[in-house]
Amino acid sequence: MKKLLALVLTLAMVTAMFAVGASAEAGTMKIGMSGPLTGGAAVYGTAVARAAQIAVDEVNALGGLQFELNCQDDEHDAEKAVSAYNTLKDWGMQMMCGTVTTKPCLAVGPEANEDRIFMVTPSASASDVAYTGDNVFQICFIDPAQGKISAEVIAEKSLGSKIGIIYDSSDVYSTGILDSFTEEAETLGLEIVCTEAFTSDTKADLTTQVTKCKESGADLVFLPIYYTEASQILTTASKIGYAPLFFGVDGMDGILDVENFDTSLAEGLHMLTPFAADAKDERTAAFVAKYKELYNEVPNQFAADAYDVIWAMYQAATAAGLTGAESNEDICAAMIEQFTSMTYDGITGMGMTWDEDGFVSKAGNVVKIQDGAYVSVE
Amino acid sequence: MKKTLLNKDKGKDFLTYAVVIVAFVIMQFLSSQGKLSSAVTGYLVPVCCYIVLAISLNLLVGVCGELSLGHAGFMGIGAFSGVVLATLLKNTVDNATLRLILAMVFGGTLAGLIGFLIGIPVLRLRGDYLAIVTLAFGEIMKNIIGNMYVGTDESGFRFAIATAKPKLVGKGKWILSGAMGVTGIKKLSTFAVGFGLILFTLFVVLNLINSKEGRAIKAVRDNRIAAESVGINVTTFRMKAFVVSAFLAGMAGALYGLNYSSLDAAKFNFNTSINILVFVVLGGMGNILGSVISATVLYILPEAMRGLADYRMIIYAVVLILVMLFTWSPKVKEYTSVVADRMKHLFKKEKEAAAK
Repeated sequence: MKKLLALVLTLAMVTAMFAVGASAEAGTMKIGMSGPLTGGAAVYGTAVARAAQIAVDEVNALGGLQFELNCQDDEHDAEKAVSAYNTLKDWGMQMMCGTVTTKPCLAVGPEANEDRIFMVTPSASASDVAYTGDNVFQICFIDPAQGKISAEVIAEKSLGSKIGIIYDSSDVYSTGILDSFTEEAETLGLEIVCTEAFTSDTKADLTTQVTKCKESGADLVFLPIYYTEASQILTTASKIGYAPLFFGVDGMDGILDVENFDTSLAEGLHMLTPFAADAKDERTAAFVAKYKELYNEVPNQFAADAYDVIWAMYQAATAAGLTGAESNEDICAAMIEQFTSMTYDGITGMGMTWDEDGFVSKAGNVVKIQDGAYVSVE
Repeated sequence: MKKTLLNKDKGKDFLTYAVVIVAFVIMQFLSSQGKLSSAVTGYLVPVCCYIVLAISLNLLVGVCGELSLGHAGFMGIGAFSGVVLATLLKNTVDNATLRLILAMVFGGTLAGLIGFLIGIPVLRLRGDYLAIVTLAFGEIMKNIIGNMYVGTDESGFRFAIATAKPKLVGKGKWILSGAMGVTGIKKLSTFAVGFGLILFTLFVVLNLINSKEGRAIKAVRDNRIAAESVGINVTTFRMKAFVVSAFLAGMAGALYGLNYSSLDAAKFNFNTSINILVFVVLGGMGNILGSVISATVLYILPEAMRGLADYRMIIYAVVLILVMLFTWSPKVKEYTSVVADRMKHLFKKEKEAAAK
């Protein structure tokens, strides 16, 4: 008992030392990050925290403006996210890289707007996020844009004539993409033969949904969902001998790394993603190599988005000549001005620009899986 | 004998009120001096909500002896109905506090009404069955709200379920939109109203426990057959406790919902129900002051341990286990009772000395 207590106390002391050791000085900007570091969505939060740290280290190595990063856990919960945000505020956060997921972001956005803390989210993709304030920017595609682009690509390349959809009705991300996809499909004259829903409580078995798509004769199945469920769908489809063209969005990124999943089933899968880990350009390759070296896994799209957030912030902050000694209001105003006027080249897209609402505009990239790797669809 | 028992109860009730009021005064004082960090200021309202939820669940679990695993369902009903009402009244009621109170009353009433309807079949069940049905109720509520669309447009109030979502006419707007929940809520909740709600809850629950109804409810808990044999209508008394509990949970839910800018149905899941139950169990079954303290401590604990980073959740779990072991250990109980006795003796001696 005493040993345990001693251990706990030592642990508390050590962390307290680290926490106290940091203080703001001229030339240093404090960046707060909040995302799910524990719980079901921890994959995304951890990826963002790690990649943001890599980017911060690179920025600091340049020797100019220094960044200091503090990552807090929000458990993918709006209530905890507000607590995490308040903790970061007490720490002296000047800009925020977050939050990682949409629901917390909708709660934190208005708080940051009130406090005038500049905020860029790597991956909260609902369109409502950017509307929460003029200081809230997104680096990822918004959900409606993904649905729209997907429908356009499918129509343009005539990938399928009868479309089936399987989506998660309890998830904002999934329903957001679905709504804009169906709307755009209607205008483009695509035929949707079945729309099947599951919820986070019923996702353990998706056989019914896949079977219904098969029965309705869909030759393309659109999957606006995350890769874990998608891997189940692919497995089920192969079991019942159903082989349509599967088309996913950016949540599909990561499917090749699912444990116990036969990746040969993913052959021919199309997906819309702004980031491909095996892209040949120098920056992506360097980032992927660094991430692999440190954490022994391939970075996903969330990591890439976070990397871009930090570098975009750096570009804007140096262009505005910020030193970190300014007030939050001044930093916020300067950053808004920079973000709405600058062009940023990142690893999740070249020539990114932002409009006044905070929406990003960048090119969408459709890839397909061939021989266990992403290949661009021409 | 009877008199001393009553006095003891009254003393404890008085202590409960005193603790809550003193805590409020201290927090208000610190806040007016600007001594509170933003993190602590942020905890005030949710802590009030969880205290009310814990007390109302304690009425059901501790006093009534019925295990309910769907308390978050009532909280959710209150939260969403309260938020929708507050949004609708935005232009008609100017006073923010009045709007908040109206929303809380509406949320509570709706939760109480649904509690009554659910109670009709459910309260005829006993033991494990009640736990299972309330668990299912909570999940059903979460899924219904997660698929519900409520909004206004030129043709008035609109309501729909996801699959049959109509297009809004003219300048319409969905207030509650399915899985997205409600976004852009104008925050109304204040610590003062939260404190008022705690006092109201204490008043209702403590009076209920000490009334004739409360004694009947406890009699049903302790020995159902004996209670029935003296003519107590078991279902009626259980229903009273159930509806009061749901009503208070609904009010707390509305206060909670109006404290954040966005609200989604997934929050009111099984985990939240269990969380509230943990507050009740660790605070002590039937012990109202215990619920108040454990809800506060257990809410702040994981936040206070943010410095421990990745070990936070593990240590939180360890703390829960330790508290459980300590409060239930016969040795600790013996020790505390010995200490209490000594204190009493000391007090008595002083009193006698003073009398002399």
